[in-house]
Amino acid sequence: MIEFRIDRRSGVATYLQIVQQVKHALRLGLLEQGDRLPTAKEVVAATAINPNTVLRAYQELGREGLVESRPGLGTFVSRSLATPATAEDAPLRTGLEKWVTAARSAGLAREDVEALVKDAIDRGFSSERRSDIN
Amino acid sequence: MNDAEGAAALSAEALGKRYKRGWALQDCTFVLPRGRVSALVGPNGAGKSTLMSLATGLLSPTAGTIRVLGDTPGRGGTHPRLAFLAQDKPLYPGFSVAEMLRAGQALNERWDHVYARSLVHTAGVPTGARISTLSGGQRTRVALAMALGRRPEIVVLDEPLADLDPLAREEVMQALMQEVAETGMTVLLSSHVLADLDGICDHLLLLADGRVRLGGDVEDLIASHRVMIGPRSRGEQPFASEAVIESRVTERQTTAVVRRGGAVPPEGWEAHEPTLEELTMAYLRSSREQSARATTPAGPESAEVAA
Repeated sequence: MIEFRIDRRSGVATYLQIVQQVKHALRLGLLEQGDRLPTAKEVVAATAINPNTVLRAYQELGREGLVESRPGLGTFVSRSLATPATAEDAPLRTGLEKWVTAARSAGLAREDVEALVKDAIDRGFSSERRSDIN
Repeated sequence: MNDAEGAAALSAEALGKRYKRGWALQDCTFVLPRGRVSALVGPNGAGKSTLMSLATGLLSPTAGTIRVLGDTPGRGGTHPRLAFLAQDKPLYPGFSVAEMLRAGQALNERWDHVYARSLVHTAGVPTGARISTLSGGQRTRVALAMALGRRPEIVVLDEPLADLDPLAREEVMQALMQEVAETGMTVLLSSHVLADLDGICDHLLLLADGRVRLGGDVEDLIASHRVMIGPRSRGEQPFASEAVIESRVTERQTTAVVRRGGAVPPEGWEAHEPTLEELTMAYLRSSREQSARATTPAGPESAEVAA
């Protein structure tokens, strides 16, 4: 089952961190349709956050049609965000992995790579507004 | 209980309390919704403890009203569905943990002994140990079990994390939040450590000088404010002065916390969402400046802040 990592210092709202981590896992195929998300009590036992925050995050995911709550049973993934293009052996993904390996052997640090990738994303998607960040 | 107020765990209207030395609380109006975890923050002397004592019925208001689950506290002691954990965590040092829990059973009409015992057991506190031999964290867990054993719908905690080490703080909050998940109870807790509250509280009540300076749903409060970072400006600021909560000027730049009027940041300014800590700090600092201005003539420095 997915475990959430909550960074209280990140400046990102706690419920949003949960939303983003679920989406991330859905994109990478770590969470699939029918998987159960941890209950609020299970999350709280691991992270000491307010259980209302967990419910708030699940509501948000529910509104986007990604999960559904089944009373008495829990919250389940109703739709995956993984596509053939993001699967583990997809050409785009293996190509990117090769590029990261090349960047690393060229002596680039993690921060350099992250900055380059972020810049490339910003340029490539400059006409789109990010929906998950205000 | 009145149906119209059924949604509120705790509500106050024009609530005031005056001691011999003056007003400790004045004109406080707020509503704490049920099932929420509310933080009560404010500097020393802001009126936090007075407010908690009014909620528990230990004090009666000089002005206005306070309601606990729709009822007026004070008639016949603490509301049966409210539990209070005082800052000094009053326990009998000579008692064993088991004796302390039995005292809880004897002293409370509503008492769930199995539940109270299970909380102490989960905390790993040996029931045979004397209270006086327990660590700060263990004492807090026993005091928490004493409060929750009443099976309250509202639990009020005065500085529950003071004098605990970081590990014990985390464990106490975790235990409390697990019970919130389990029972859906309402929590009101005061704390000086704002960082402890991020991710814990979904509702905020900020007091300064005996008045409510800020109150509401944390998410709404964050959404309705922005931290603006821009060039150092002399006097002129691109924001309406009534929207600026606090503005600080350094050598190179100005950082302002502003109420968001739906406006995009002006040219050369960058806007981001405040964290709960940034937001509360801005309000705390600005109310301190306000009370300082009220007592001393304005110097050139404060004139710049005000502009």
